[in-house]
Amino acid sequence: MSSPTAAVAAPITAASAIPKAQFDWRPLALLGALMLLALPAIGSPSSWLTLTVAGLAMGLIIFVIASGLTLVFGLMDVLNFGHGVFIALGAFVATTVMGGLADWAGESGAAQLASVAAACLAAMVVAGAVGWAFERVIVRPVYGLHLKQILITMGGMIVGEEVIKVLWGPQQIALPLPSVLRGSWLIEGIGSGASIEKYRVLAAAIGLLVFALLLWTLNRTKVGLLIRAGVQDREMVESLGYRIRRLFVGVFVTGSALAGLGGVLWGLYQQNVTPQIGAQVNVLIFIVIIIGGLGSTLGCFVGALLVGLMANYTGFLAPKVALFSNIGLMVAILLWRPQGLYPVTNR
Amino acid sequence: MSQPLLELSAVQTHIGAYHILHGVDFCVPEGQVTMLLGRNGAGKTTTLRTIMGLWPASAGELRFQGRSIKGLATPEIADLGIAYVPESMGIFSDLTVKDNMLLAARRARRADELDTQRLAWIFGLFPALKKFWLFPAGKLSGGQKQMLAVARAIIEPRALILIDEPSKGLAPSIIRNLIEAFHELKRQRTTILLVEQNFAVAQALGDQVAVMDNGRVVHRGTMAELAEDEVMQQRLLGLSLGAHQ
Repeated sequence: MSSPTAAVAAPITAASAIPKAQFDWRPLALLGALMLLALPAIGSPSSWLTLTVAGLAMGLIIFVIASGLTLVFGLMDVLNFGHGVFIALGAFVATTVMGGLADWAGESGAAQLASVAAACLAAMVVAGAVGWAFERVIVRPVYGLHLKQILITMGGMIVGEEVIKVLWGPQQIALPLPSVLRGSWLIEGIGSGASIEKYRVLAAAIGLLVFALLLWTLNRTKVGLLIRAGVQDREMVESLGYRIRRLFVGVFVTGSALAGLGGVLWGLYQQNVTPQIGAQVNVLIFIVIIIGGLGSTLGCFVGALLVGLMANYTGFLAPKVALFSNIGLMVAILLWRPQGLYPVTNR
Repeated sequence: MSQPLLELSAVQTHIGAYHILHGVDFCVPEGQVTMLLGRNGAGKTTTLRTIMGLWPASAGELRFQGRSIKGLATPEIADLGIAYVPESMGIFSDLTVKDNMLLAARRARRADELDTQRLAWIFGLFPALKKFWLFPAGKLSGGQKQMLAVARAIIEPRALILIDEPSKGLAPSIIRNLIEAFHELKRQRTTILLVEQNFAVAQALGDQVAVMDNGRVVHRGTMAELAEDEVMQQRLLGLSLGAHQ
């Protein structure tokens, strides 16, 4: 085909002249409404603030874990029930790295933070590498076969847990917070003073950083555009000349690495790890990605915050229904929006 | 007739247990518009998807620019310079018009790397795309989506464009707009294989024609010959040209 002969139109006009689609604020408003409704129910502003920060931190850790899973499902329609093994792996790698660096870190706050950073990095590298092998050996043979995906990825997680038991032992291992992250900041002037745990602030900051990086990648880079396009229509992405399999492997490895990072954060949050830690979190992350809308990063973010807040509020207000609360939340949201908070078009 | 750019010989395609194409033979000459006509279920869409490698041919041969493309993966076929506009249009609804175009321009990493002269030419063909440049593609009308689908296929020079029923469900004014755009592509000597149910569109655009029925090509020739022969139209397509004028 020859090149066009004439430049007919003027350059693209300013964005201000172009109508913009309205952003759907209602799911975010739901988040705000939940927080506001919890305030009179809890009564004490200081307890409310403590619970809210704890809930947001928990939600952001869950988001870090679940963000990769929602993209894996959205991009390749793969139901990976083995995602939990990367969480457990990350947490156990952290016990080894932080245990090994404990003497070196000593009482130095900076060195302790460096040991946490090293644990996060090592967990991401190991979980990402195992994720690559997991995709090649376990997931690749069952593309397009949902039932087999569920069975084989659950089987992969069971095998993974057993391997972890062989390497680290079957018992619970302590993962104590370094002294620099222990304790709380007391915020005066709110009721009797609100207590904000230092570690939760750090976990929330890491979660927000991951969210910002994911949003930037998905919205500002061509790889991100390809991922978003692939979530909507894989076939068309291939018809444009892109190898979506390679893209998927990249997303799978990144998702596994993020699950490893989430495993470190969750392990430090619980301050101990067991080989079953991944299976325990699995239920929560599936609730989150279903609430959010399969394949939606923003939906996953809002869903994770809702789950974190709900778990903390109900744990305080009605501990007996805390376990049910997130299932109830999922049911209510799916009755409102059956495709999730931010459904991905074409799915 | 020009040298064939694309040649299909005895192509058969199975989709699961179903045998859809039973030996398709036709060729697409370079620089011309070849119409692929036929009743619903004749195998036109399956033929385009088989050329793109989306459904692999189970037998026969497909040659593009003289080399076999049978068994190649879809991205490899696209890399050879074949663009595909599916019947569903394949628009990425959650992405903006700009992002849809950026994805189709494989050499550009950012919007400012798009070929501005070519983009201006496309805006000349489809002014609505300029107006809604930053608008989510899913919010466009059906006609605008079709324009975007065609624009994506021509944002970079392609050797061959496969287009599946572009006029389907569109208002007459939009169809006229599309026909004008296709005429401009013809003037640029773009090679197009166009599946169409609307005989008036086919008559307006086609140089060559292949008519399919039950997974086979039952007629090949020039579009002008078919347009003049109402008996043949009735026999091949079950229609009379008069009913479409």
